[in-house]
Amino acid sequence: MRVQGLIKSLAVCGLLGGMPAAVQAQESKDPIIIALHDWTGQHITSHVAGELLKAKGYKVDYVTIDYLTGLTAMENGDVTFMSELWQTTAQDAMDASDKTGKTERLGPLGPKAKEEWWYPAYMKEKCPGLPDWKALLKCGEAFSAPETAPKGRYLGMEATWGGHDPERIEALGLPFVAVDAGTEAAMFAELKSAYERKAPIILWVYSPHWVPSVFEGEWVEFPAYEAACYTDPKWGTNPDKAYDCGKPFGEIFKYTSADTKKKWPGAYEVLKKLNVDGKELNLMVKEVDVDGKPLDEVVAAYVTKHKGEY
Amino acid sequence: MSDIALDDAEPRTRPSTGWLVALAVALAVLLPYVAPGLFAWAKSYPSAWIVPVSDWLKAFLYWLARDATFGLFTFKEMTRFISGLFGYALDVPKALLSTGINLGEDGAAGHIPRLSWAGIIAAVTIWSYLLGGRRLAMLGFIGFGYIALFGQWDSAMVTLSQVILAVAVGVAGGIGLGILAYRVPRIEGAVVAMLDFMQTVPTFAYLVPLVFLVGVGPVSGMLATILYAMPPMVRVTMMALKRVPPELEELARMTGCEPRQSLWKVLVPSARDGLLVGVNQVIMLTLNMIIIAAMIGAGGLGFDVLNALRQANGLGKGLEAGLAVVAMAIVLDRMSRALVELRPVHGDAAARRRRLFWVGMAALIGFTALSLAVPELERLPNEWRVSTGNMWSDVVSWVNLNLFSTADAIRTFLLIYLLVPVKTFMIGFPWLGLLALVAGGAWALGGWRFAVGMAALIAFIPMAGLWERGMTTIYLCSIAVVIAMLIGLPLGFLGSRSERMHNFLGAMCDTLQTLPSFVYLLPVVMLFRIGDVSALVAIVLYAMVPAIRFTDHGLRGVPANLNEAGTMAGCTGAQRLAKVQLPYALPEIMLGVNQVIMMALSMLVVSSFVGTNDLGKQIQVAISQADPGKGLSAGLAIAFLGIFADRMIGRWVGARRARMGM
Repeated sequence: MRVQGLIKSLAVCGLLGGMPAAVQAQESKDPIIIALHDWTGQHITSHVAGELLKAKGYKVDYVTIDYLTGLTAMENGDVTFMSELWQTTAQDAMDASDKTGKTERLGPLGPKAKEEWWYPAYMKEKCPGLPDWKALLKCGEAFSAPETAPKGRYLGMEATWGGHDPERIEALGLPFVAVDAGTEAAMFAELKSAYERKAPIILWVYSPHWVPSVFEGEWVEFPAYEAACYTDPKWGTNPDKAYDCGKPFGEIFKYTSADTKKKWPGAYEVLKKLNVDGKELNLMVKEVDVDGKPLDEVVAAYVTKHKGEY
Repeated sequence: MSDIALDDAEPRTRPSTGWLVALAVALAVLLPYVAPGLFAWAKSYPSAWIVPVSDWLKAFLYWLARDATFGLFTFKEMTRFISGLFGYALDVPKALLSTGINLGEDGAAGHIPRLSWAGIIAAVTIWSYLLGGRRLAMLGFIGFGYIALFGQWDSAMVTLSQVILAVAVGVAGGIGLGILAYRVPRIEGAVVAMLDFMQTVPTFAYLVPLVFLVGVGPVSGMLATILYAMPPMVRVTMMALKRVPPELEELARMTGCEPRQSLWKVLVPSARDGLLVGVNQVIMLTLNMIIIAAMIGAGGLGFDVLNALRQANGLGKGLEAGLAVVAMAIVLDRMSRALVELRPVHGDAAARRRRLFWVGMAALIGFTALSLAVPELERLPNEWRVSTGNMWSDVVSWVNLNLFSTADAIRTFLLIYLLVPVKTFMIGFPWLGLLALVAGGAWALGGWRFAVGMAALIAFIPMAGLWERGMTTIYLCSIAVVIAMLIGLPLGFLGSRSERMHNFLGAMCDTLQTLPSFVYLLPVVMLFRIGDVSALVAIVLYAMVPAIRFTDHGLRGVPANLNEAGTMAGCTGAQRLAKVQLPYALPEIMLGVNQVIMMALSMLVVSSFVGTNDLGKQIQVAISQADPGKGLSAGLAIAFLGIFADRMIGRWVGARRARMGM
């Protein structure tokens, strides 16, 4: 709160350095701004970071901002810390941001990101041979909708998350059409609807997320990703086309603005050290999204347990 | 259309020109189909001719954000300074309503509580009673009581504090700009053009540029809101000032007023009613923006809605937060409307009003002071709150299990027989033919200059390389508008016939317009799956409101003597409707169509959230890639479509009214 800030700075002026600051003297008193995006896991990791910093006496503000816009805002100095940039979706944006020199990659957060085509368990009957991707070659009809028949309908997020699914479908010769879901909320609303009716569906699911813990299902096993698969057409089953493999699984990186190290050295250490176990995070996501526990409670429980490590 | 052209000044030469124009249009449309080889360039726009508008816009914005300078300070420093001012201003309502004031380090030296929820509910109820009697008091009590009881208070107050500031700035800025345009007629044209853009460029399109220049957080959310909500205030101010009888201004001059005095002591007070209507509009539009503002960090109820809808059983939570927006919107709307209708009174009645006002104030301050001793009055304890829990999710699941097959049949029918054929036809339509059609139609309505202007607006779409998404937009919006009219017209007609229906429709329209569309988007997706059908349903739900309202209003506005004349001429009820009332109300209904188109366009980005591939998608992609140029160019294309529809309908209504002697 700025009014408080004003009052406080007035008070400080009045006492003219009469009392030493609570935090180390050289540290900035500006609030550390943490970006919140639109998935629960990220809210949890952000709040964990925030609570750890608050415990050390820093001021923390949270701000909601779109995933990749956050990096731009960080370059502008409007955001101090982002807890989750997924290698799977933000690789290009991270590379571009690294080049500006205004942000700093703080290393991996811990959990491994997994993103792949996913289907509910009951679809195994209708498409024998799953989870091997070759089963999909014969299953277009089983996954089809009126507007795509006889091809299958795959729900993805090409426009906003990337993922090269149309290219993958072409390179692997899958009888599928990639339909853009627009938003995650819409996509999982359709999953919920289909799951309740045991209707065919195949879509993009990522983890850490609540979907794998609420709905029973599996990821398709594509040929494992290698960097060469995306760049070299010769790689893989299709000698003429790239993208004939699954999506990359990867790290989730933490980012901070380049001046954090100087401005808040203590906070920088905490953020650099911050590490959340993947299984634990999945559990916390489930507690919030499925069991309906307040996020603050879940985060507080985690912080009390792990405070000692920082 | 052509008969209007015939009425024009040169009856002897026009018909031949009319035929020529019609021939040229027909050729431009048909040739690419007849001779696809020769006229391939006229069918699908050659990619070599695409003008990289979005790259230019992007380069310009990057320059603004990074290099532009006024010598002493940079452009970015200026925008940052302004947003800093807003930040300080926001702290005042925020401290009052949502956080209170902590003294010393983290409240160590004491805490001044925020306004108590009980105090606010009491004050709202009493002031509503003052403004609009018992019914309004009930509404205020239920509305704010709902917010408190369902645990939405904290978020609602964050939102309310932003709404208050946005409305204050929007109203002040709107009046200022309106007065300026009124005083300096030379800039009036420029101001009106600017307003057109502010109202038609979707807010989403300038979210990324705003983040560039202002940063993220409540302030940029608020600035976006103000940009969106201010235009009606400017328009209303200009109109209200023009309507002040000239005698009043003369009187001011005769009594020796200086220009400033005549403005503030005579003109503005006598335009008061008009101005208050503008305030009401600003409030409603501001509340419309809650969700969008939350996307760039405004927090509050908008954030709660977005957040809840992502969770496994979040539908009920999202709906509860969404209904809190509705409650707040309707209470504020009714209170501000009652304020417009409030007539000045004297003597005892005036004293009673003053007393009621102070009683409300006393309740507000009293409860807040009490909350120093009783903390429950500052923050409602969790145990006192109620929630619908999983009820709504269960309802939707039931609907899904039992009605899906019906919905799916409708969906498949719509897709195969209507949507897919029209879409394919529209995307495959020759671009030159479209331009010729537009120009020809505009020529018939308003002559050569108008035709060139309108064609230029539409030419932007292929030129900027937005053909496919632009045509998808036109296809989706036009079908949505037709369906909205098909539903809205009969409903509006019913509303004009019965008072009860009128009231029911009014409540329905209010809810549809203020309930964040996201809330009903997800159930719609569950029934109609991702794709154009869901988008269509969402657009129709939102856009049919003006169709209902304007039809209702237009039919009610038919003068009684005209009706009587119809009856005396021996009309049956149906004949009277078809021959007297509908023709008379048609201009008004067409203005409704105009509004329906605007609403449909404004829903584009939301529709792209359920998987359409229209101009809204372009903006959504731009947001997620943080590309300010891409979003703005798509936003401009949407604005041009809106302006085109507005001007065409405006001309038509004008000509029609002139013929009817109105």
